[in-house]
Amino acid sequence: MSGRRLTVVVLIAAGIAICVGHAARATMPPPKPGPLAEPKSAHQTGFPEQLYKFGVPSDNPQTPAKVALGKALFFDARLSVDNTVSCANCHDPDKGFTDQLPTSMGVHAKFGQRNAPTILNSTFNIAQFWDGRRPTLEDQARDPILNPIEMGMPDQQTVVTKLGSIPEYQKQFNAVFGSAPNYDNLVKAIASYERTQIAFDSPFDRFIAGDEKALTAQQKRGWAIFNGQGRCMSCHGWNPTRPLFTDDRFHNIGVSAHSAKFVPHARQALALLSQAAGPEQIDRLAISTDISEVGRFLVSKQPHDIGAFRTMGLRNLFVTEPYFHDGSQATIWDTLDHYNKGGVQNPFLDGGIVPLGLSEQQEDDLAAFLMSLTSERDMGRAKTEYERQFKISRTTRPQRDTAAAMGLKGSKGPGFGGPFGDIGPGESAMQENPASLGGD
Amino acid sequence: MAARHKSVETKFYEDRDRVLKALRNCDRRTFLKISAATMGAVMAKGLMPPHTFQLVEMANAAVEKGSSGVGASGSAPFRFAYISDSHLYERTLNQRFVRSIVKAVDDVNALDPQPDFVLYGGDLAQLGAPAQLEQGKQILSAVKAPVKMMVGEHDWFLDMGEKWQEMFGPPTYSFDWKGVHVVVLMSVYEKDFWTARKMTPEERMQTVAGLDNAVQSRFEVGEKQREWLKQDLAKVPSTTPIVVFSHSPLYKYYRNWNFWTDDADEVQAILKPYDKVTVIHGHTHQMLQNQIGNISFYGMLSTAWPWPYAPEGLPALTIQMNRADPFDQFDGCGDGQATARADGLVDTVYNLWDRNPVTVKADYLVSRGKTDQPPAPQFASY
Repeated sequence: MSGRRLTVVVLIAAGIAICVGHAARATMPPPKPGPLAEPKSAHQTGFPEQLYKFGVPSDNPQTPAKVALGKALFFDARLSVDNTVSCANCHDPDKGFTDQLPTSMGVHAKFGQRNAPTILNSTFNIAQFWDGRRPTLEDQARDPILNPIEMGMPDQQTVVTKLGSIPEYQKQFNAVFGSAPNYDNLVKAIASYERTQIAFDSPFDRFIAGDEKALTAQQKRGWAIFNGQGRCMSCHGWNPTRPLFTDDRFHNIGVSAHSAKFVPHARQALALLSQAAGPEQIDRLAISTDISEVGRFLVSKQPHDIGAFRTMGLRNLFVTEPYFHDGSQATIWDTLDHYNKGGVQNPFLDGGIVPLGLSEQQEDDLAAFLMSLTSERDMGRAKTEYERQFKISRTTRPQRDTAAAMGLKGSKGPGFGGPFGDIGPGESAMQENPASLGGD
Repeated sequence: MAARHKSVETKFYEDRDRVLKALRNCDRRTFLKISAATMGAVMAKGLMPPHTFQLVEMANAAVEKGSSGVGASGSAPFRFAYISDSHLYERTLNQRFVRSIVKAVDDVNALDPQPDFVLYGGDLAQLGAPAQLEQGKQILSAVKAPVKMMVGEHDWFLDMGEKWQEMFGPPTYSFDWKGVHVVVLMSVYEKDFWTARKMTPEERMQTVAGLDNAVQSRFEVGEKQREWLKQDLAKVPSTTPIVVFSHSPLYKYYRNWNFWTDDADEVQAILKPYDKVTVIHGHTHQMLQNQIGNISFYGMLSTAWPWPYAPEGLPALTIQMNRADPFDQFDGCGDGQATARADGLVDTVYNLWDRNPVTVKADYLVSRGKTDQPPAPQFASY
């Protein structure tokens, strides 16, 4: 993309963001597909080809015609009840396939409870949505169209009738699926398009492929922290076969515990769901009520899933801000501060979340490393956002709690830091093995 | 719909939809009864694939086989919970174990309805120090239900139980509860290995605290306490259900780690005349079950850390847990609940943190694994 086009795109994105900020109640115009909406090439460094093939369902193979139909549908606001909201409203290619808002706005300017995840690399997700309530992209696409505060269509039949009345769609559906438009084929087409949005080819991928110079010294330090003291790798797992920076599991890291009503909501959710709730009711609960904060629990009903949300991948973070399931953290430094202090204590906090004892320099190194996970295509915009967040992080750190991070606070006791941190200050990391005392 | 591979998620949803649709119009009691019957039917067929939808309430529902109303032995069903093996250091030294025991106290206090009592399974302190015991007592004082204390070797061998008895009373006692005779044993006595070696109390405690240490003796109930047990049971009819709380397993699992009670055979002989005997023990920090003759054995989870399975001697009936995630301090740990049924047998729920809870029913043990098998990872027994 040319520099000028890039600037134009950035300005448009900024413009929209400002408009939304100042006039949040007005519905955003649905985005039009630009160059970033095009299907992506498979020739990207670090692209896991076999894994990708594995994720394409046997009953929905990729074809160019299907992808084109899916793309048309993805950008078509007629899929919403008042013709104002398309998939791209919340998953805008120019905004990393998100809307860069804390939570998303649907028809009638209604806001939901959850941050819009990116479509980029979503074909690799083991389950869709923050609570994993839908297994595939096809199944995921069914829900927002019918959700009253997203696209607001009353039922599947209305959608199908509307599509069937559009000659262009009649033609395309017939050409691709050999029949008139129906709901199953609608979601198949959309999913097919989404599967083409893959994003690898980052400096990190080139580093792994053998280019020592692809990462700066700071980014390499960040990579070491990621694997070590930061403990990031334990949930944001990366390996060459599955280079996605997620373990595809659900963890309570304490974000929902920001709300004091969190535990009572868990009990309320259990009571509600025991009265027989289907997938539609869970979807509604997830998006439109306070109960949303119990996360994966709505799906699995297991106590350890209370307040747990899916581990997201870490690619292209600087075009998919803000962060966490509620979009509550505006900068990467806020997320790092959150982890550094050991999350927010609540009865269901995951056992892997502990204070990390990272210094400011180490957090900067980690942020630099995360920047290296940006795909080349998005690098310009990401750099701008990185600079913006860096600047904010020098003065404004609402989540920072150094005392907690260093283990100097509350039940965490005095003294901390380091991988053997909680053994305490002044003690050697390895205790003498009591079994060797008095041995024969 | 074209035939396609159904994901685990999809099957889960279909099972769940089927169950919930059928129960849509029930009131709560009917709901529990039907779901219990369904669950019973499914479990009786031995069909419990891990992904099958299980209502969480099933784990806590009191509507089970033989447990409604008063049974033939005259006992009423009741529930108790346990917290075990916390191994506390002083607060300034180790926060991880404090965090865990506090989590267990939260779990137990959140139970609804509340259990009749909470058993503390032993090893409250790590090295028997007064400060560690005091800290543990302070944390346990937050438990709403009454707490029954049991001692472990980590509590005892610094001062031979002096501080423990001062704080919690005699280590061996019994009581009757709703028709069940409950015995709490001190099953971690050891024959003197320290005097000849001129060990300090600290060295003695450190030695007992270790594994694979041939210096320490094996655990035992001891002759004096076995006599006490005979006397205690003399007045108890053989039809009365017996529940024994013990720190060591009261059978012989793995000698090197003291997963072992030296006079287990003698103790089991004393319990043999009774129809329904359940032993609930600590020390092993893992999912562990066994059935020997008339006695069902359940090992309790630790709040502090999980042990791996010993290289030999693992009872074949044990529903194993797979290895813990080293990054997650709660994995493989937890607490639990038990239901003493009207028929005198005891079902347990292993409340594994960061994993799904596992219910192990007495019927599974008593039938030697033929019925009611809970979902388990497919490991070869050895």
